[in-house]
Amino acid sequence: MVSTTEDKKLVVVQLSGGNDYLNTVVPYASGDYYDFRGSIKIDPEDVIPIDDEIGLRPGLNSIKRLWDQGKVAIIHGIGYANPNRSHFRSMDIWHTALPEDIGNEGWLGRTTRDLDPKGENVLTAVNFGRGLPRALGCRGVPVASVGNLETYGLFPDMQDDDLRKFALDTFSKMYGAAGAGGPVMEFLGQTGTDAMKGADILRTAVERYQSNVEYAGNSIASSMRDAAQVMFADLGTRIFYTQQGSYDTHAGELATHQKLWSDLDGAIGDFVDDMDEHDAADDTVIMVFSEFGRRIKDNGSGTDHGSGGVAFLIGNSVKGGQYSYYPSIKEKDHLEGDLRFNNDFRMTYTTLLEDWFGLDAVPIVNGTFEKFDFFANGNGSNGAH
Amino acid sequence: METKNVELIAHLMRRAGFGATRTELEELAAQGYEATIDWLFNTEKDDGIEIDLARRYHPDYSGGLGMAGFNAFWLHRMINSQTPLVEKTTLFWHGVFATGYAKLAQGRVLMDQIEMFREHGFGDLPNLLVKLSKEPSMILWLDNNDNHSGAINENYGRELLELFSMGVGNYTEDDVKEASRAFTGWTVANTDYMTMKARNDSLWPYGRLNLHFEFRENDHDQLEIDFLGHRDKSAGESVVDIICQQEATAIFIARHMYSFFVADEPPVPSWPYTPPRDPKAIEMLVEAYFENGYQIKPMLQRLFQADFFKDETVWYEKVKSPSEVVAGVLRLTGEYDDYDPAMNAEAGSVGVMGQSLVNPPSVEGWHWGDEWIDTGNLVERVNFASSHFNDVTKPGVRQMIDGFVLSTGGHASPERLVEVCLDQMGAVQISHESQGHLVAHAARDGSLEVNGEDAGRRRVAEMFQLIAATPEFQKG
Repeated sequence: MVSTTEDKKLVVVQLSGGNDYLNTVVPYASGDYYDFRGSIKIDPEDVIPIDDEIGLRPGLNSIKRLWDQGKVAIIHGIGYANPNRSHFRSMDIWHTALPEDIGNEGWLGRTTRDLDPKGENVLTAVNFGRGLPRALGCRGVPVASVGNLETYGLFPDMQDDDLRKFALDTFSKMYGAAGAGGPVMEFLGQTGTDAMKGADILRTAVERYQSNVEYAGNSIASSMRDAAQVMFADLGTRIFYTQQGSYDTHAGELATHQKLWSDLDGAIGDFVDDMDEHDAADDTVIMVFSEFGRRIKDNGSGTDHGSGGVAFLIGNSVKGGQYSYYPSIKEKDHLEGDLRFNNDFRMTYTTLLEDWFGLDAVPIVNGTFEKFDFFANGNGSNGAH
Repeated sequence: METKNVELIAHLMRRAGFGATRTELEELAAQGYEATIDWLFNTEKDDGIEIDLARRYHPDYSGGLGMAGFNAFWLHRMINSQTPLVEKTTLFWHGVFATGYAKLAQGRVLMDQIEMFREHGFGDLPNLLVKLSKEPSMILWLDNNDNHSGAINENYGRELLELFSMGVGNYTEDDVKEASRAFTGWTVANTDYMTMKARNDSLWPYGRLNLHFEFRENDHDQLEIDFLGHRDKSAGESVVDIICQQEATAIFIARHMYSFFVADEPPVPSWPYTPPRDPKAIEMLVEAYFENGYQIKPMLQRLFQADFFKDETVWYEKVKSPSEVVAGVLRLTGEYDDYDPAMNAEAGSVGVMGQSLVNPPSVEGWHWGDEWIDTGNLVERVNFASSHFNDVTKPGVRQMIDGFVLSTGGHASPERLVEVCLDQMGAVQISHESQGHLVAHAARDGSLEVNGEDAGRRRVAEMFQLIAATPEFQKG
């Protein structure tokens, strides 16, 4: 099967709260790391090495397996100039691709508009979780937000199926007839009808889904499973968004971070297996990011907000390897106590938009950025300069 | 009680507050419209809100850290305050002077700003704007801390004119510069230490510190300003005074008021090109502004007493904001008459529906009208209401069902079931079409008999759920 850009899909996993880069991709050969991380550290014998310098934190067995298959790109030192250490602001910057201004259009909202300019498919972008992240917000662009795919839709509180069906029928009639009441009622009627349509279509995804993969019961695994169901139902969805958290490990980091990453690693592994089983792996890339990394020096029990971080791109079409370089941990190189970022996150966005989706990235990310070559067919660089 | 009268009071309470129960409506209607207005504007009376209790139930509010507890407490006020118009007007100013947590990451200063609206939101506009200009939240939000003598940062000066008072097209670029110059040196005290503190940004062990306004004379450009044709002393107060004398300012505030309290206008950016929906109403509000020394309260009094407000053509001509949806439903269910940590989740729903309080999408605030609605948050709105009306044991739901039984004697045809339920939910009106579909829905199970057992009562609650799901219920 020859795939075209129309088949390409992006799955975004947002690690909310600020993921600790140093304890995710561990510089286990660095004495500085162990000097600064008196207590919140991963011992060398626990690291899963990927070379002589760095390794993955314990628990990342699926990611290591995919790494060995050449399907994982690690983007070192990702961030932006004048880092902001507020969760909200920094996440906003990643969402709007606007580090200097307050923006109100999300980069993936704009992407959705460019992928489906006429807004023909209400499911071009689907968020798995409650409430829409700003990354997907863009006026006039319909985006579905699914808390739980099995109960998604109207009146989930109605336990009696018959009662619920009847209520939905009445809802559909009322919104279908609303058009006569002037422009606002017409808009409301159309939106209600679209919402019903989206819910109806999404429900079929659950019914049609069959898989030998058994996901775990935690929330990121459920979200990834929901995403898989929507993906395999061929509803034309191109952007899948979900998040996991909280990575805001000021205290008790070791246990929390371990749990979060084990859950995520399992979910990603199962999701990739599921895609393999459904022939979807070639057309899908997963991006994992967080709004910032954390301080180099720990605070005894956890770590505080930092700047430079790490992102992952995972998929069959990804050219596995390390991109850019691990920022120096030496004290003289710190940026206000943090790892110094060395590549703008919009380079990664630009690469995804142009080399994966075949879109013009400039208006979406608000500028021209160099590209990476983490796609086999791409024409970017490895950023290691 | 004459129905029309109750319906008019219901309209008033949806706009001047967050809706009212049938019982409240009857009490207010018995006193009459004028007495209700007097009650609404009596802001000196005890609002029944106990901050010490709120601090205990929402410790993060007390600590001034994140906004979850603060938003929960604000929602509690919207539901329970005996001065609902104060809460509504506070929300009004928050929408106009939109300031957000996203950039500040400072809870306390935002709470202070909202409290300032609560205290001064009815007073004179010059005082309000000067106070606003001194709020550390505003200074940081619009970068006035980077506005220095000899190196102006125009962000605050511009937005003060464009978004907070006059609107585009009523001043020149030179006016923006002159206004900015007058605000040089208006900054946050002890910035270096505060910046360091923010950089560290660890909540431990002391939590976040509050910020304070400081006027730095040595960073203030003293040279006389030439602003909107006036030569004056270089001072933020002078700029505000000149702004408040402008007709453009009166019109701008009047249009905001009309759109918020009377009927949805198109969003602000289209105002220079789109005439007001009701130019006479704007004229009346502008007159009230100038006749009363730029006071806000007399403008609002004139608004609520005006025929243009009472007129049935403006009823339901607003799409409810998420806070109106959530507070309105919870007023009816009566489940939050006391402080409750569970309120955090309800306040979270306001955000999920697209109105994270104290965290607007940008300095422009939220776009209102049909922009409140998209497929995702319409589902949220309907499901929120449905899941709150489905429990017949909630005090408010029980009260509405009791009211239903009292009105009908416990026997109701499908037509009567729908009619009385609409009435019990606050004299709600919907279109004949929607009403017809609801009657058809009710007819499936025939006439209703409520004999004290649960099944009949549940059917009444089910009708509340469906009414809350109508397209009309999204408006108010």
